Amino acid sequence: MHPLLGQLRRLLLYLIAWIPLAALLVYLLSITHQVSIEEATALAIPLCLFYAFVCLSAWYTCRSTPIDRVELDKLLTTHVGGALVASGLWVFAAWVLAWILASSVFTFRGLNERLYSELPVVFVTGVLLYLLSVFFYYVLIAVEASQKAEARMMQMSILAREAELRALKAQVNPHFLFNSLNSVSALTSSDPAKAREMCILLGDFLRRTLGLGEKSAIPLEEEMSLIHAFLAVEKTRYGARLHMEENIAKDALAVDVPPLLLQPLVENAISHGIANLIDGGWIHLDVGCENGSVSIVVENLFDPEAPARRRGGVGLANVRQRLQARYGNRATFEAKGDGDRFRVAITLPAGTFSEKEVAAQ
Amino acid sequence: MSVDTKAKIRAVIVDDEELARQILREFLSSHSEIELVAECANGFEAVKAVAELKPDLVFLDIQMPKLDGFEVLELIGNETAVVFVTAHDNFAIRAFEVHAVDYLMKPVGANRFEAALKRAKERLETKAPSNAVSAAELAAAARPPAQYLERIPVRDGARVFIIPVAKLDYVEAQDDYVALASDGKKHLKQQTIASLETALDPSRFLRVHRSYIVNLERVAKIEPYSKDSHVAVLSNGAQLPVSRAGYARLREFLDR
Repeated sequence: MHPLLGQLRRLLLYLIAWIPLAALLVYLLSITHQVSIEEATALAIPLCLFYAFVCLSAWYTCRSTPIDRVELDKLLTTHVGGALVASGLWVFAAWVLAWILASSVFTFRGLNERLYSELPVVFVTGVLLYLLSVFFYYVLIAVEASQKAEARMMQMSILAREAELRALKAQVNPHFLFNSLNSVSALTSSDPAKAREMCILLGDFLRRTLGLGEKSAIPLEEEMSLIHAFLAVEKTRYGARLHMEENIAKDALAVDVPPLLLQPLVENAISHGIANLIDGGWIHLDVGCENGSVSIVVENLFDPEAPARRRGGVGLANVRQRLQARYGNRATFEAKGDGDRFRVAITLPAGTFSEKEVAAQ
Repeated sequence: MSVDTKAKIRAVIVDDEELARQILREFLSSHSEIELVAECANGFEAVKAVAELKPDLVFLDIQMPKLDGFEVLELIGNETAVVFVTAHDNFAIRAFEVHAVDYLMKPVGANRFEAALKRAKERLETKAPSNAVSAAELAAAARPPAQYLERIPVRDGARVFIIPVAKLDYVEAQDDYVALASDGKKHLKQQTIASLETALDPSRFLRVHRSYIVNLERVAKIEPYSKDSHVAVLSNGAQLPVSRAGYARLREFLDR
C-alpha cells in the first residue's frame, strides 16, 4: 500500500508541500525574462500537480530496491534512470502545455518558442525533484521500519512479562513433596497407620493447591486452611522441632489474597529457620486488618550462622515479585534477620478485588 | 584384596529427620555385612562420630543444621566413602566433584539403595580415590562459581570450629596445612594456601607472600623491612612478611 495514496489526508499534505516547489519553478522559469511571471505561474501549477503524481511512483522503485540490500551501482542506475525518464516526461508535458497555452490564450502567444531556452532548467529541476522524492521515500521506509521494530519490541516485552508472571505463578515446592514421600516410605513399615494418615494429609494439601495457580485471589481463610494442611504434613517430618503459633484478626479472614502467598513464607520459615535448628523453634504468624490494608507478619527463630541454603531466598523473592506485579507500590514487603529471629512483614490492600481488576492489570 | 568376611563395613547415617534415618536403617538391616555404628542428626554430631568411630561408609544428608553435607565431607577427609542422600537434584555434580560414591534422591528406593551400597563396597575394596588431593581442595574446586567462602569449617579432633571469613585475620601456609588466624587463635586445616586463596573473595583477601594471605581490613600499616621486602602490621599487632610481588599487589589494591 502506498503510504501517501492510501490516505486522503496524507495526500493533501503532500500536495501542499509541492506549493513552494511550484513557486520555485515560477522563479526559475521567469529568471531570464524570456517568460513572464503570469506565463510561468500558468505553466508551473499544472506541471507541479502533474509531477507530484509522477513522483509518487518513486515509492514503488524505492520499495523494490531496499537501500540496505541492493548494491550501490544498481541503486544509482535504477534511480537516476527513473529520474531521467520522469523528468523527460515532465519536459514533454511542459512543452505540450506551453503549446496549448500559446495557441489558446492571446497574451501568451509564442510561449512555446520562448520556453525552448528554459527547457534544460525544467529538465534539471525535474531530475532533482525526482531524486528528492526518492530520498524522501527512503527516509519514510526507514521510519516505518523502526516504528515496526519498536512495536515488535513492545510486543515482546509484553510477552516476556506475561511469561514471567506465569513463571511466578503460585506453585508448590517439589522438594517438599519428595521429602514427604520419603517420610511416608519410612513409615510404611514402622507405622502403617501413621503412613496412611500422612498420605491423607498430603492428599488433602495437594487437593487444596490444585488449580490455585489459575485463580487470582482466594479468601485468607482458604489460604489459612491450606497452611494448616501443609503444617500437618511438616509436623510428621519435623515432629517436636516445629511449633507454630498464629494470631489472625477475625475480620481479616474474609479478605482476598493471592493464592499461595503465605504458604511459601511459612515454608521458608521452616526450611531456612526450623530445619537449621537442632532443637527446632517457633514460627509466629500474625495477620491484622486496619484502615483498608492487611498486614501479615511471619516471624521465626533461625540460626544466623547456619550454612547458606542454596535455594535460599528464591521463595521470598517470588512472593515479593508477585506482590510487586499485582499491587505495584500499594503493597510492601520487608524481610530481615535480627539476631536469631527472622521476620517477613507484608502489607497489601484489603478488599475483595474482582477478577476484572486483575485482568485489567 | 577382598574384604575380610569377618570385618564388617562400619556405617554411619546422618540426617536431621528421624524418618529419613529410619528408612536407611531399615534398608541396612538386611545386610549382615554392614554394622550401623552411629546415627547423627546434624553436621557437628557427624564430624564427631566420624572422628571418633572412623567408619568406612557415611550416608550423608546435605541440608542440615550447623554444617551442611559438603562441609561435613570436607572435614572428615576422604578416608571415608560418602553417599549423599537428598531431595534436591541440584547438588549432584558438586557431589561427584568431591568424590562422593553416589548420590541418592529422596524418596529413596530399595533398588537404588542397593546399587549405591554396591558401589560403596567396590570403592572400599579398591581404596580409591588416592588421598593425594585433600577433601578441602576438592571442596574448594567444587565451590559454585562466583561464590566466595563465607565461613571456613575447621576440625580439631572431634571438635568443629566455624570461622566466618570476616573474623579471619590472616592465613599462613605450613607444609600441607594452612593455619587460620582468628580471634588470637590459630586453627590448622589440611589444605594448600593456593586452593584457599581461590576460594576467598579477592576484594577482601590478598596473597602478600608465598606463605601468607591477609584480610585487607586488618592491615593497619605497611613498613619497609629490608631492601626488597616489607612487613604488614595488622591491627592486632601481628606482623606478616610482604614479598616484592605481594607489595606490588598491595599497592595496586590500595591505589584503586
